[in-house]
Amino acid sequence: MLSIFITSFIVGGLICVIGQLMMDVGKLTPAHTLCTLVVAGSILDGFGLYEPLIDFAGTGATIPITSFGNALTHGALAEAEKHGIIGVLTGMFEVTSSGISAAIIFGFVASLVFKSKGTI
Amino acid sequence: MDEKKYQQLEQQITPKPRYLKNCILAFVVGGFICFIGQFVALFYISFFDFTERTASNPTVATMIFISMLLTGFGYYKKIAQVGGAGSAVPITGFGNAMISAAIEHRSEGYVLGVGGNMFKLAGSVILYGVFSAFVVALIKTILVGLGVVSW
Amino acid sequence: MVNKRGLLTFASNPVIASTGVTVGPLETKKSPFSKYADKNYDDERCGLKTNEQGHAKMMEDACMIALSKLDKTPTDAEFVLMGDLVNEMTPSNFAASTIGVPYLGMFSACATSVSSLLMAALLTESGMAELVVAGSSSQHNAIERQFRYPLQYGSQKGATAQWTVSAAGVATIIPHIEGAPIITCGTIGIVTDLGLTDPLNMGAAMAPAAADTFKRHLEGHGSTVEDYDLIMTGDLGKIGFELFKTLLDRWEYDVSSTFRDAGAEYYGKHPEFLAGASGSGCSASAYFSEVYDKLLSGTYKRVLLIATGSLMSPLSYQQGDTIPCIAHAVEIQMK
Repeated sequence: MLSIFITSFIVGGLICVIGQLMMDVGKLTPAHTLCTLVVAGSILDGFGLYEPLIDFAGTGATIPITSFGNALTHGALAEAEKHGIIGVLTGMFEVTSSGISAAIIFGFVASLVFKSKGTI
Repeated sequence: MDEKKYQQLEQQITPKPRYLKNCILAFVVGGFICFIGQFVALFYISFFDFTERTASNPTVATMIFISMLLTGFGYYKKIAQVGGAGSAVPITGFGNAMISAAIEHRSEGYVLGVGGNMFKLAGSVILYGVFSAFVVALIKTILVGLGVVSW
Repeated sequence: MVNKRGLLTFASNPVIASTGVTVGPLETKKSPFSKYADKNYDDERCGLKTNEQGHAKMMEDACMIALSKLDKTPTDAEFVLMGDLVNEMTPSNFAASTIGVPYLGMFSACATSVSSLLMAALLTESGMAELVVAGSSSQHNAIERQFRYPLQYGSQKGATAQWTVSAAGVATIIPHIEGAPIITCGTIGIVTDLGLTDPLNMGAAMAPAAADTFKRHLEGHGSTVEDYDLIMTGDLGKIGFELFKTLLDRWEYDVSSTFRDAGAEYYGKHPEFLAGASGSGCSASAYFSEVYDKLLSGTYKRVLLIATGSLMSPLSYQQGDTIPCIAHAVEIQMK
């Protein structure tokens, strides 16, 4: 039980370090970095490597943006397994809907509630 | 003065990013966000009917909610200035990208402003996530069909 | 044979009769220049609904303050020349619409303070104007969202990043009178592009433009560094200013004492502002506040102000273009 907190911290932290290196050394913008990580996540799932990482690290693997790519691929693959090639299209958002819907809903709520400020 | 020489001079004078310090901070901030996420997941597993697997959905939604509060009150960008990728890579950073754009563009109205601009930073993440998932799943489905690999 | 291209000399000695400077709430708290300002606001939008409206209000107030110091109203002014960084300069357009003076929009990015001052001097010199208002402004929130990210977006800024100021600076220019700082000459910059592309390191992109204009001004007008009490660049920031001085040092100018940069000093020693300030309100509010006051009090007899601007847009740098930069110089003397 306790060990998952430690592995979560370490794996999550390391994924962020990879992102930091891409930004500092590779001179990528944050947006480019995130896109690359998302693509990396979905490729890893193609090889079946991301799910074992989730088992090992818990939220350390599900909170970083790489899990978004993984979840998309995972949904598509699960549906493809059942329905063949058409499932690739229909299954994509099956697993990952919560992140996007939460971001859209809370984004809209925030635009109602908050005002942007230029404080440092 | 020609371009090459000036760019060399510029490289000399412009301070380099402090790679080690930035990486350590990214590790600590990013790790800490995942660590908090683990508590949230534990909460959903203990008090609601979620398994370790299914808990990740409500956890992600809760983290984005926290991100909304931090963004709205102006703390997220302060965390980001310290944490760098440590705050950008977790799903909270994805939330921050959408939420900050939504807040910023309210002055142009709720349809063209909030609606039209909410995805301007996060949209590319969704695009490349979806497209790469499509390609990966398509290749794997074809390979399975050909009998090269199994599910 | 000295190259005279782009040089301006004002034989009729037009003077800056008054100035008006307004600064935003953050600048009021953090900037050493704010104590010379005429007006400051508690609210970053000046109590209005949008950032752009607040931006226009700052500009309008600065114009009215500068005119009121002369006991004049906008109906007495013949021209107003001003600009800012927002698309199509709408804040300046709205400010001009409120004050109702014949208006020419000026754009030299952050060098607009000096370009509008030079054009105002030229109108006065030609005898076609008795009172011209010139200036420029910027507002942090409005500029940031246009050129970079939403304000609350968390992106880590490097040591080269600069903070756009919320401030407006305006001067009124009239034909020669005694006891006011004289605009003696100026130099129009040549657009310089040495291939830098990082929009978060504009100081480095602008430094060669400033150095080029500096050299052309001194050679063209036959002056030396020792003639000036102050040589102040606009918004090079800490890193750009270092580069600027390094370039001049290589050309064997003495850069030890008289040089200052408004952007590098704008937020004092506060480290959270990284390389310093930028924006078209930066040079305008520094020049027309502290520098003008010190000219009036006689602390400075002869100053050279070189405002720098990077002439890029979000579109141009996203398309991978380099950052073209400009610097305009104006020389002001107190006799």
